[in-house]
Amino acid sequence: MVTSVRRTSVVAVAAVLLSAALAQTTLRIGLAEDPDVLDPALARTYVGRIVFASLCDKLFDIDTSAAIVPQLATGYTVSDDGLTITIDIRQGVLFHDGTPMDAEAVKYSLDRAKNLPGSNRASELEQLESVTVVDEDTVELHLSTPFAPLIAQLADRAGMIVSPTAAEAAGEGFGNAPVCAGPFRFVERVAQDRIVLERFADYYAADQVAIDRVVFLPIPDSSVRLANLQSGDLDLIERPAPTDLPTMRSDPNIVIPSVPSLGYQGITINIANPEPRTDPLSADVRVREAFELAIDRNTINDVVFGGEFVVGNQPVPPSSPWYVPEVAIPTRDVERARALLDEAGVDRVQFEMMVANNPEAIRVGEVIQALAGEVGFDITLRATEFATALDLQEQGQYAAFPVGWSGRIDPDGNIHQFHTCEGALNESGYCDEEVDRLLNEARAAPTTEARYDLYRQALERYLPDRHIIYLYHTVLFFPHRTNVEGFQAYPDGLIRLQGVTLAQR
Amino acid sequence: MLPFVGRRALTAIPTLFIVTLMVFAIQRSLPGDPALILAGEQQDPEVIAFIRERYRLDDPVPVQYLAWLGQLARGDLGRSLRTNERVLDLIGSKLPVTIELAVLSMLVALVIALPIGVLAAVRRGTAVDYGGTVLALTGLSVPNFWLGIMLILLVSVRLGWLPASGYVPLSEGVWENLRRMIMPAFVLGTGLAAVLMRQLRSSMLGVLRQDYVRTARAKGLRGAAVNVRHAARNALIPVVTILGLQLGALLSGAVLTEQVFTIPGFGKLVVDAVFNRDYAVVQGVVLVTATGYILINLLVDVAYAVLDPRIGAR
Repeated sequence: MVTSVRRTSVVAVAAVLLSAALAQTTLRIGLAEDPDVLDPALARTYVGRIVFASLCDKLFDIDTSAAIVPQLATGYTVSDDGLTITIDIRQGVLFHDGTPMDAEAVKYSLDRAKNLPGSNRASELEQLESVTVVDEDTVELHLSTPFAPLIAQLADRAGMIVSPTAAEAAGEGFGNAPVCAGPFRFVERVAQDRIVLERFADYYAADQVAIDRVVFLPIPDSSVRLANLQSGDLDLIERPAPTDLPTMRSDPNIVIPSVPSLGYQGITINIANPEPRTDPLSADVRVREAFELAIDRNTINDVVFGGEFVVGNQPVPPSSPWYVPEVAIPTRDVERARALLDEAGVDRVQFEMMVANNPEAIRVGEVIQALAGEVGFDITLRATEFATALDLQEQGQYAAFPVGWSGRIDPDGNIHQFHTCEGALNESGYCDEEVDRLLNEARAAPTTEARYDLYRQALERYLPDRHIIYLYHTVLFFPHRTNVEGFQAYPDGLIRLQGVTLAQR
Repeated sequence: MLPFVGRRALTAIPTLFIVTLMVFAIQRSLPGDPALILAGEQQDPEVIAFIRERYRLDDPVPVQYLAWLGQLARGDLGRSLRTNERVLDLIGSKLPVTIELAVLSMLVALVIALPIGVLAAVRRGTAVDYGGTVLALTGLSVPNFWLGIMLILLVSVRLGWLPASGYVPLSEGVWENLRRMIMPAFVLGTGLAAVLMRQLRSSMLGVLRQDYVRTARAKGLRGAAVNVRHAARNALIPVVTILGLQLGALLSGAVLTEQVFTIPGFGKLVVDAVFNRDYAVVQGVVLVTATGYILINLLVDVAYAVLDPRIGAR
């Protein structure tokens, strides 16, 4: 009897030891959408970038304060004329297929990002003329014109280095099984269901990676995403509904790191897209100022987002080093707004505002409608499905549209293309040569101080024109279960798993 | 029987042709440009131009249509604009998931509906009948997505009995697969059970009044034998019709349930494709769904013939 108990317990202990040795830690992450194609040159979605953060290392990265740090590069120097950037490449790095990540691979990847047909990176690397390999660990980037934001571009998809061997072999199918030099390697993808990655044993900083497997699961419904987190079927989720935050805060198994995003939310007003418009809102800046003064940013934040977001008035959030504190956030002023409308000679202003047809965007629209209605704006809301809204915006068939921008590390990405005459995302048809000059100079200015000053001057010039009225900045929340340890939120909204551990449940 | 099946199969061809025309025309008339969606947030004009050229979005619609028909003739449904995967592969991976869900839901529905429907008719006007009616009305009026979320909150979050959502293929374990299918199949099945139950009850009532049932009783057959063998079998004919139509609807209509339980099935595929204006995927899915409908209707007709041999003989 005693022997048999002893034997049983020996077997039990052995079984526990064995299972501990075999136990694979799997981190399950709930995404709000299904990522698009996983090719760094072609990819275009935010959720895709979240997956890339584990899969494909970049020349540069950012830290939690959005400052640029080297990743596959170890450092860089810029020539005096700003036209040559010399980048030192990290040594001894391998791709997931075992081939070496060297200067040739960097040149190959940058050329590919620039030249692959349909590349979404080509415009990001517009100023990059050519790449030359100096030696195995050094490349030179030759620019057509000095372009300070380039390093920031290389801290995102444009700077991801892919295995040339794998890319050549896979051709167009590279995005179906990407091979990079990140902490995790690609295992499988089941469309709309899951993307599975596993730890890359030969990662150059393998000691920072403690998780064996990562599974990304697209779950578009935010309440279902939350239910999965609460039940323990997911370990971490992104973009929870702000209204669910109180529920999550009361759950002892969940913690919620957060960080303000790099982007903004505002109202784009059509003043001259495709032709100058004649309605009072488009034609008279006083009417637009009255409109802005009619809006209370804090009310929007409190009513729609439970006060969880950050109000603002500039293309970068108040927490950004590029924010200009002297240009303060306007407060609601009904009397002044009324006076401006009188001055403009209009009693009531009617216009249609296009809003995305999701509950939050519609509520934002309704709050604006109610606030502005008290001053003299009769706003009709037109809830429009996203694809249709894009089309209408492109064709200029809208008067006003509350829309946001996810944000870029360099302020140029939040400003230049929206405010320059030929900017690709200038949907309001705004054009001011002085603003163009200042923003172009800011791209080429050699020091951060000089750039800040140019952005400030430009801001003071375009902000009063109110073709974009900046309202608030989203805050990124990453609720996760308490057994996930060491997770930090980054302002670009990417999920970095270096240093993250998963305790046994 | 065989000529009957063959005749029915032939009528499917013009139907399918009309379906291809309709799906193509309706999709192209929707506002929203797939190239703008594909280009993403950055909206790079060169990328947009490239996408338009590559997927021939600038060609006149009739030209695009003919090109697609040509592809179809070669058995090629094209590639997803969004992920570049072959549409045939996408459908091949989603269809089994949805078929499994549909079959399981159907089983749930039948297990609930058959006994209650027959009993409600036989015991007309009693507590069983009224109870069944209330149950059916509840099943019909509770929206699937709400019931789904409530079940998740109760069974997964509160009690921790089943995973909240997701899907595991049958090949990775029958039990793991079923654990995730129970709740969605229940949600879909209860709604369907209500329809079937009402249908069976009323058709059963009609049959019970027939002369042959009286004759059977007069012969001295016991109640259960009359009710099940003579009455219920005949009462099933209209139920089978409903079942067929509902099975077709389940293939394409489990959209909300699939969204709530994040089951990577057909419904989810088509919804995402519509919002992304992923033309090739929408076209492929609609075509396959239409073919499915036609096949199911054919099977329903065959089932009639089995239940009532007079139908096949005609």
